[in-house]
Amino acid sequence: MITLKNVSKTYGSGDKAVVALKDASLTVPQGAITGVIGLSGAGKSTLIRCVNLLERPTAGSVVVDGQELTELDESALRSARHQIGMIFQHFNLLSSRTVFANVALPLELAGISKDEIKKRVEPLLELTGLSDKAGQYPAQLSGGQKQRVAIARALASRPKVLLCDEATSALDPQTTASILELLKDINTKLGLTILLITHEMEVVKSICDQVALISGGELVEVASVGDFFTAPQTRLGREFLNDFLELEPPRALVERLEATAGPHTHPVVRLAFSGDAVSTPLISRLARECQVDVSILQAKVESIQDRTLGLMIAELMGDSRQTQQALDYLESHDLKVEVLGHVTRTA
Amino acid sequence: MSPALLELVLSSTLETLYMVAVAGLISAALGIPLGVALYTSRPGQILARPALNSVLSIITNIGRSVPFIILMVAIIPLTRLIAGSSIGTNAAIVPLTIASIPFVARLIEGALNEVGPGLVEAAQAMGATPMQIITKVLLPEARGGIINGLTITVVTLISYSAMAGTVGGGGLGDLGIRYGYNRFDPMVMLVTVVILVVMVQGFQSLGDHLVRKSNHK
Ligand SMILES: Nc1ncnc2c1ncn2[C@@H]1O[C@H](COP(=O)(O)OP(=O)(O)OP(=O)(O)O)[C@@H](O)[C@H]1O
Ligand SMILES: [Mg+2]
Repeated sequence: MITLKNVSKTYGSGDKAVVALKDASLTVPQGAITGVIGLSGAGKSTLIRCVNLLERPTAGSVVVDGQELTELDESALRSARHQIGMIFQHFNLLSSRTVFANVALPLELAGISKDEIKKRVEPLLELTGLSDKAGQYPAQLSGGQKQRVAIARALASRPKVLLCDEATSALDPQTTASILELLKDINTKLGLTILLITHEMEVVKSICDQVALISGGELVEVASVGDFFTAPQTRLGREFLNDFLELEPPRALVERLEATAGPHTHPVVRLAFSGDAVSTPLISRLARECQVDVSILQAKVESIQDRTLGLMIAELMGDSRQTQQALDYLESHDLKVEVLGHVTRTA
Repeated sequence: MSPALLELVLSSTLETLYMVAVAGLISAALGIPLGVALYTSRPGQILARPALNSVLSIITNIGRSVPFIILMVAIIPLTRLIAGSSIGTNAAIVPLTIASIPFVARLIEGALNEVGPGLVEAAQAMGATPMQIITKVLLPEARGGIINGLTITVVTLISYSAMAGTVGGGGLGDLGIRYGYNRFDPMVMLVTVVILVVMVQGFQSLGDHLVRKSNHK
């Protein structure tokens, strides 16, 4: 388990001070995968580096596995770090060591015997699918294989927590998917708690349980992945989601959208439905029961882990009483309804 | 060339190799740690000691800035103290070593600087001590650069040792001056030059070979 409480980090001082992290609080429950997502420069790397104190927070508390890290002396911090694995965007493998020796490094550092090292490294190579690469040097490997070596290395000291700093950002989509699968796999098999940072919603969507949105050094939204994808609570959250889902109303429609309803307008709504609502024929019922016509402008169904999420942008055509009734009907069926604006009737 | 002269050529060659070997080994033994200290004590580095770093850096720069020929003369009292005499092969080793320690140190510092900061960071994240970072990450990762630096040092030592020879230090430089220049024996001069060239080529090829072998990039 990882608990950050009111963690702040300022680089430099005086005129050159850069506040990279402001009062960030976050809990990653035991065995969960939490993704921190944000734009470049938002403070993601700073946040994750504060967890193992590669960057010492200016203020706040960092508790990993019940231990307050900010109060430890150098040597106690070094032992605590054996319990925290970390992987990096650029792998950071030692080019002078073979795959086997890279994975063995943390064990050598901890003073573990050669025999024991062999016993522990081999299963890790197997787990990460690298058994046939043990004697090769990193330069002979592909990016995905290098990240597998880095993962095996991070797991060698049997950590309770794994930190991933943009672990898939240097990889192509297919390789990314296989690395994410491996992370999910070790999360399940070893019960490892994972904190990862990324700028890709795809990563959050495919393996995270919880998502934290960071902007300007602040955690602006922390939610379960299911909730975040169905109903982000902040404007930034919605922007991220819309960019990811590419579900924006058509440009021609946006130009015609008015903020307020008039006597001759129709509402344009964005509907998000999950769970049972996905499989219910809601739109045809809506048309029947409220006597509105529904013109679907865009629609999409996504599966977010075990949930299915439907998204739709639609124009509700009817008089104001009918459309209001339709909106009420949708909300009563647990749909997230957002009125984007109103368009003047063309017919 | 007479057998006596041939023997002189051989013994001079061995003297040069002896000076270069001893001065090279001692300056590597002292210069590598100094280079590591110069690098790791930099601000922001694993053993950041900015004040110590400035002091080491100034001392190193002084050592690097005195021309060898002047250094050799300037430290004669120290040479007498250490080698018991100010002429001869052993005496030449003292200034050769003192001149090449800061040289080696800067080359090592440069080689360590080529190691990516991400590697040090990864080791820190694994809980490595500064000493472990030096021995398990910095030095092995910089091996190619270090061998390259030591090769440059050896080649420089060969030419310095010839210079030391001109002021009574023995070796090929001595031979070249006494026979080739003072007695104007072009044959001896030529042989001396050829041996020096072959020596430099040999060490450079050996160095390059070792660099290539240690390079897995
Ligand atoms: N060592 C440092 N010294 C000074 N400023 C820094 C340092 N590291 C980061 N910063 C600044 O802190 C802010 C947050 O940086 P950080 O690296 O955490 O962002 P990030 O979200 O990881 O960005 P990216 O996606 O580009 O990696 C940035 O404004 C950056 O310039
Ligand atoms: Mg970053």
